[in-house]
Amino acid sequence: MSSEENLKQEDLLKVDYKPAAKDWQDPTIDFEAKRGNWCYSGVLDSLDYLDMPHPEKKWAPTDEDWLLPENWKEIILDGLRLRLDRFRTLRLFMDTCVRCGACADKCHFFIGSGDAKNMPVLRAELLRSVYRKEYTLAGKLMGKMVGARELTIPVLKEWFYYFYQCTECRRCSVFCPYGIDTAEITMLVRELLAEVGLSIDWIVTPVANSFRTGNHLGIQPHGFVDSMEFAADDLKDIIGMDVEVPINKKGAEILFIIPSADYFAEPHYYTLLGYMALFKEIGLDYTFSTFASEGGNFGLFHSHEMIKRLNAKTYEEAKRLGVRYILGGECGHMWRVYHQYMSTMQGEQSNLEVPKSPITGTVFENAKTTKMIHIAEFTADLIKHGKLKLDPSRNDHWTPTYHDSCNPARAMGLLEEPRYILQHCCNNFVEMPDNTIREKTFCCGSGAGLGTDENLEMRLRGGLPRGNAVKYAQDKYNANILLCMCAIDKATLPAVCDFWAPGVQVGGVHEMVGNALIMTGEEERKVDLRGQPLSGKEGAKDV
Amino acid sequence: MSDRGKIVIGLIIFVLIFTLPMTYNMVAKNKAVGAPELEIPPEAGKECVRSTEYMRPFHMDLLNEWRDEVVRHNDRYIEGPDGAMIEKSLSNTCLDCHSNKENFCDRCHNYLAVYPYCWDCHTTPEETAQPELVVAQQPKEEN
Amino acid sequence: MSLWFSIIVILVLIAIPWVGAGIPGIQTLFGVVIPYIAIAVFLVGFVLKVLKWAKSPVPFRIPTTSGQQKSLPWIKSANLENPHNLAGVIGRMLLEVLFFRSLFRNTTTAINEGDKVTYGSTKYLWAAGMAFHYGFLLIILRHFKYFVDPTPQFVNWLQYMDNFFQIGLPIIYLTDIVFMAGVGYLLLRRLFDAKIKYISLPSDYFPLLLLIGIGTTGILMRYFTKVDIVSIKELGVGLLSFSPVVPEGISAVFFIHLFLVNCLLMYIPFSKLMHMAGVFMSPTRNLVNNNRVKRHINPWNYDVKVHTYEEYEDEFRDVMKGAGLPLDKEPAKEKE
Repeated sequence: MSSEENLKQEDLLKVDYKPAAKDWQDPTIDFEAKRGNWCYSGVLDSLDYLDMPHPEKKWAPTDEDWLLPENWKEIILDGLRLRLDRFRTLRLFMDTCVRCGACADKCHFFIGSGDAKNMPVLRAELLRSVYRKEYTLAGKLMGKMVGARELTIPVLKEWFYYFYQCTECRRCSVFCPYGIDTAEITMLVRELLAEVGLSIDWIVTPVANSFRTGNHLGIQPHGFVDSMEFAADDLKDIIGMDVEVPINKKGAEILFIIPSADYFAEPHYYTLLGYMALFKEIGLDYTFSTFASEGGNFGLFHSHEMIKRLNAKTYEEAKRLGVRYILGGECGHMWRVYHQYMSTMQGEQSNLEVPKSPITGTVFENAKTTKMIHIAEFTADLIKHGKLKLDPSRNDHWTPTYHDSCNPARAMGLLEEPRYILQHCCNNFVEMPDNTIREKTFCCGSGAGLGTDENLEMRLRGGLPRGNAVKYAQDKYNANILLCMCAIDKATLPAVCDFWAPGVQVGGVHEMVGNALIMTGEEERKVDLRGQPLSGKEGAKDV
Repeated sequence: MSDRGKIVIGLIIFVLIFTLPMTYNMVAKNKAVGAPELEIPPEAGKECVRSTEYMRPFHMDLLNEWRDEVVRHNDRYIEGPDGAMIEKSLSNTCLDCHSNKENFCDRCHNYLAVYPYCWDCHTTPEETAQPELVVAQQPKEEN
Repeated sequence: MSLWFSIIVILVLIAIPWVGAGIPGIQTLFGVVIPYIAIAVFLVGFVLKVLKWAKSPVPFRIPTTSGQQKSLPWIKSANLENPHNLAGVIGRMLLEVLFFRSLFRNTTTAINEGDKVTYGSTKYLWAAGMAFHYGFLLIILRHFKYFVDPTPQFVNWLQYMDNFFQIGLPIIYLTDIVFMAGVGYLLLRRLFDAKIKYISLPSDYFPLLLLIGIGTTGILMRYFTKVDIVSIKELGVGLLSFSPVVPEGISAVFFIHLFLVNCLLMYIPFSKLMHMAGVFMSPTRNLVNNNRVKRHINPWNYDVKVHTYEEYEDEFRDVMKGAGLPLDKEPAKEKE
C-alpha cells in the first residue's frame, strides 16, 4: 500500500503523455506493481446483506484467481445484451464514437497519470472492443483489425482496474461532439462486474450500511442523535444561544437531508453548523431523519438498481413524517440522483407539495415534481429577498475559491446559486482559471466510490488538475480555502490540497453563510465556526 | 413511445432528402437523358482545328491556351488541319463555323450547368444583331 | 499496422474498377448494378440501424448540463447549454449539429514549467471537422447537376460562390481545397499526434482514405485527365430516374470515383460514420434538463428490494427509544 510519505509532488508531476509502446488491445495489468491505483474488493458480509453475488471467500486484485463463477462469461455477455436493450445511451455510445480524441486530455486521471487507457475514449474502447466482437458482424469476422477483442479474464481484470479509475464526473461528455458520457459506460460496466461478484469495498460496504442504518457510515439512530446534539452544543459555544435540532419530527414542514459525513467528519461538520445557525435564525420548521440520514447514494457507484434501493427511503420518510417537501444539503452525487434519477425511479409524490419558502414565499417551480430543492437554491433566495443579515467581514480571514462539484455542475447546472451566496458572505471570493470551473470543473479525483486509502496514488494523480488550479489561486490571489458543495470533495480534497497546494483548507458554502450570518440575540462572535479567531473583528454590525 | 415517433419522422425526412434526386427526376419525367444534340450550321463543313474527341473535354483548355498566347505573346496564328494558317480567336475562328452558339455551345453548357465567362466579353455575330444581351447576368464558368 | 491495412484495402478497392471497367460489358456492373446495390444497402442499413437504436428506450433523462440551470427567476439560465424547454433543446442540437458546439470547447492540456497544468484553447480539430463536413456537403450538393435534369438553380448559385475567385481553368472550386485540406488534416493528426495514433483503428483510417480517394479521383477528372461529363450526366440521370444506361466513352477514373463513393455508402451503416444519425439521438444532448419539473418515464422501471422504515425501526427500536426518538410502534412486550 502506498503511503503518503512515499508520494512526492515532483514525481507525480513527471507525467508522460506519450502512450506506451504496447498495443492497447493487450489487457495485461500487473496489479502488484500498480498498488496505490486500485481498490480492495468488497467485504462478503456487505455483499451478503445486499443479496449480491460474490465468491466463496474474499479475493484480492493481486490474486491470480479472482474466484469467478464458472459461467462468468455468459453472465457478462447476457448482462451486456440486456443493458444494450435497456439503455439507448449504451447502444449509441458503442456505435457512434469516431475516436476523434477530443476527450483524451479532458480526464483528470489521464492528466495526472498519462496512462493512455485513462483517456475516456480508450476507457470506453475496453468495453467497445468486446461489444464489437460479440455484437457486430465486422468484429466477428475481422477481430483485432477492427478493434474487436474476445472477452477473457485479463479483459475482465482490466475492466475492474480502469472502470474503478473513473469517477463518473462527466467532464469528457461536455467536450464530446456526440455527448458520449463515460459515466454512463462506467456505471453499466460496474453493474456487469457486480454480477460476477467483482466490486470494491469502499462502495459495497457504504451501500450496505446505507441500506441498513440509513447512512453510509453505519451510524445508528442514537449515534445520530448524539452527533447532532454535540453539534448543537458546539454551535451554542460560538453563538451563545441554544439550538434546537429536530429529529424524526412528524408534521414538520420540511425534511432536511444531508450527506452523513456532515455530522461525522471535518470539515463537513462546519457546514452542518452553518445549516443549524441558518435554520435557527429564520425559524425554519424542519426535521432531520435518522432513517433518511444520508443524502449520498453510493448505489450510484454500484448499479441503477442499487440507486433505487437506497433512494426509496427519501420519499418513504417524507411521507411517514408528513412533511410538505424536502430540502437537500450540500452534496454532489446525491444531487445527481435527486435531480436526474429520483422522480423517474420513485414516481409522483402526491402527498408532498411544491416547495415554497416559508420565509420569502418563493415557490420553487423548478422542483414541481420531485418536491425537493437544493439548500443553495433556498439560501440564495433568502439572500435575494434580504431576509438574512450578513456580515461578510466575518469571513475576512478567508480568501475562498469555489470548486464546482462534478454532479451539481454537469448533471444539474447549479453554478450561480453558490457563487451568489458566497459573494454575499465573503469579501475576498476569487475564481480559479476558467477551464477548471463551472461545467469544465475538475473532479477531486476520488468520487464515485474511489475515495479510499489504498488507491491514494491514483487519487492524488487524479487530483492534479484540481490541485494545480487551487495552487494557481493560492499563488495569484492568496486563496486559503477551497469551498465546495459535495461531501466526497470535503472528505478528499484536503488530501489533494495538502499534496498539491499545501496550506489551503477545504470548507463548505454554508460554513461561510454560518460565519457571516448575524443572528438575532447572538453573542458577539469572536471565533468562526471552526473556533478560529475572527481577524481582529469587532462585533457584527448590520450590513 | 413519443420519442420513437420523432425518430421515425426524422428517418422519413432523411430518406426523402436522400431520394430527392430520384423524386426530382420522376417529377420531371426524365428518362435516361441522352446527350444534347449539337447542331452545326450547314455552311460550315471545314474540318475543326482539333478532333471531336479532343474538343469535347479539352476545348476550354485550348481556348485558354490561345488566349494566353495571343494576349501575352502576340502569337496570333496557328496552322490549321488543312495546312492553312488560322487565327487563334473564339469570335473569328470558332464562331465562324459554330455561329449558332445557342444550338451548339449552350446545349451542353446548359445541360451541365456550365457558365463560362467567355461571353462576358465575346459576342456572337448573331447576338450583336439582337437586342437581348442577358448573358452577363448568368452565374459563371464551370468545366 | 492499422494504417497499412487500410491502405491495402483502399488500393484493392481502386484496382477493382480500374481493371474491371476495361472489360467490355462489365461496365454495367460498375455503372448500374453496384450503384443500385450501394444505394439500397445504405438506405436500408441506415434505417435499420437507427431503428435498432430507437428500440432501446431512454430510461433516464441524463442531459449533460454545460451551463446554468433554470432555478430562481432572477438567475439567468443558459438555455442553449442547459436547456429548460424544447426551444433550448432545439437550439442546443442545432449548435451541436451545425456548428459542432462541443468540439468548439476543445482545449489542449500541458504541464508547463514543470508544475503548471495549462489548458490552451485549440480549434484545429474543430476547424478541420467543419471544413471537411461543410466542404463535403457543398460538393455533394454541387453534384446534383449530374443527378437530375434540368439542373436546379441552387447548383448554379453554389458553383458561382465556389468559383468566386476565378483561379485557374477550369476554375478551382474552393470546396475542393477546403474538403481535401480538412480530410488531410484529420488524417495527419491521426498519424502524428501520438495519442490519436494510439487510439486509431483501421476503421478510423479507412473512411479517411476512402474520402481522400474520392476527392482525388474527382479532382483528377475535373482538372487533369478530364472526362466526358456529358456521358457521365447521362449515366447519372439514367440511374436516378430508374432507366439506366451506360454511355460509351466513360473513363476508368470515373468508375473508380463512382465505386469508391458506392463503397462509402455501403460502409456507412456498419461503421462509426453512423455518427451522422447518432448525433441527433444522444440522450446527454437532446433532452430537457427539467427532471425536477416533469417526471421522465422509464418503461422498465421495476420494483426493487428496499429496506423499509418498519424494518429499520424493528431493528433499532430499543436504541431509538433510549435516545428519546419518537417511534411508530412502541417496543413490543416480550414475545411469549
